[in-house]
Amino acid sequence: MNLKITTPLTKEIARSLKAGDIVSLTGVVYAARDAAHKRMIEALAEGKDLPFDITDAVIYYLGPSPAREGQVIGSAGPTTAGRMDKYTPALLAKGLRGMIGKGRRSDAVVESMKETGAVYFAAVGGAGALLSKHITKSEVLAYEDLGTEAIRRLYVEDFPVIVVIDSEGKDLYDRKRNTL
Amino acid sequence: MREIDVSLVTNAIRDLCIEANYGLSSDMEKALADASVNEESELGRSIFSMLEENLKIAKEDQIPICQDTGMAVVFLTVGQDVHFTGGSLKEAVNRGVAQGYEEGYLRKSVVGDPLIRENTKDNTPAVIHYEITEGDGVTITVAPKGFGSENMSRIFMLKPADGREGVLEKIVEAVKDAGPNACPPMVVGVGIGGTFEQCALLAKKALLREVGQKSSLPHIAELEEEAFKKINELGIGPAGLGGSTTALAVAIETYATHIAGLPVAVNICCHVNRHATKEL
Repeated sequence: MNLKITTPLTKEIARSLKAGDIVSLTGVVYAARDAAHKRMIEALAEGKDLPFDITDAVIYYLGPSPAREGQVIGSAGPTTAGRMDKYTPALLAKGLRGMIGKGRRSDAVVESMKETGAVYFAAVGGAGALLSKHITKSEVLAYEDLGTEAIRRLYVEDFPVIVVIDSEGKDLYDRKRNTL
Repeated sequence: MREIDVSLVTNAIRDLCIEANYGLSSDMEKALADASVNEESELGRSIFSMLEENLKIAKEDQIPICQDTGMAVVFLTVGQDVHFTGGSLKEAVNRGVAQGYEEGYLRKSVVGDPLIRENTKDNTPAVIHYEITEGDGVTITVAPKGFGSENMSRIFMLKPADGREGVLEKIVEAVKDAGPNACPPMVVGVGIGGTFEQCALLAKKALLREVGQKSSLPHIAELEEEAFKKINELGIGPAGLGGSTTALAVAIETYATHIAGLPVAVNICCHVNRHATKEL
């Protein structure tokens, strides 16, 4: 199915999405990758708040290249999601509803997604120039010292993704592999 | 004896870092275009058209092809009759990388210590491979390497008894394990022989070979072809979403090895297989 979805991503919308759905995403998403995840988990362990409201939020695993003058952002494609697996169940428990990345997720992440009703989308890796055209606003929100790994609040318009793992744990990568 | 000022090395490396990140070599462009026509999956074909559009935008709007503009891997082939003047060659290389990544709006993706993990903020140091050869020429190749695919690369210390079949099995296994993480369609660089470290370097060098060019050794060219076929039968497809194109090429480099060993390294590269070369 081809769908147009806007964020925040409610549990109802998330539950309606199925592995294989092709989605155009519009609204706020948060860019965060390895180092930002580490800090967020450390903040939670210390009883502190996260730098943004994670309830029904979508995180994009992204570290963009620098923008030229007049550009919103530089190249902005997905990074490998599996590196965030260690940190992800704790964020899902706090209300994280969607993730955009590429590549496989761990069993623990998929189990957490099923429990909390979350969705994992893939964007096309290595298409960062094209994907940057769907990002209309970008601002650094937290951890600026991390450079490209800072948390950014992005506004995306008709951002092209595909549902790879849905809230029932159906996995498009696995299904393809299983049919070999 | 030919004297070369190291500032020429700096300038060349700066330009090559930028060139490699904004456009693919013509053989890579052709391989992608050919594969997009032959891809059997409809979704796969639509991903190919996104990748072609991406290359066009990168060139026209000056946005790097991929946000992971890589760790700079620099190959310096230096004639033994060359004398570098004007300072440290290594510093000249790193200065070129720092300038290229700053002036080219490329992402700084290097941490100075693998455990402390603080970004060096200028993408240095580069990984530099020096090779001394005859004559007085200097050839510089910059191959920025993204880590989505680098992380999925593997090395296997096989037994001689594992033979050709064992090697083939491991190449296919590495690609299968890499799957969607390595941004397929991939270019697969393989090293066979040598020692542990040289085998890995051979695999890296194999990625520099023109896509579609076969090994000059008939038995290796045959192995490349067989591996290529088996990899594309895996069905991983563009972006790992299924299809008939998982690899764009398999290139194998070999070297002599020990009577007790059969090292095999598989260096996987995504479809953004970047490299640019200049001779001084």
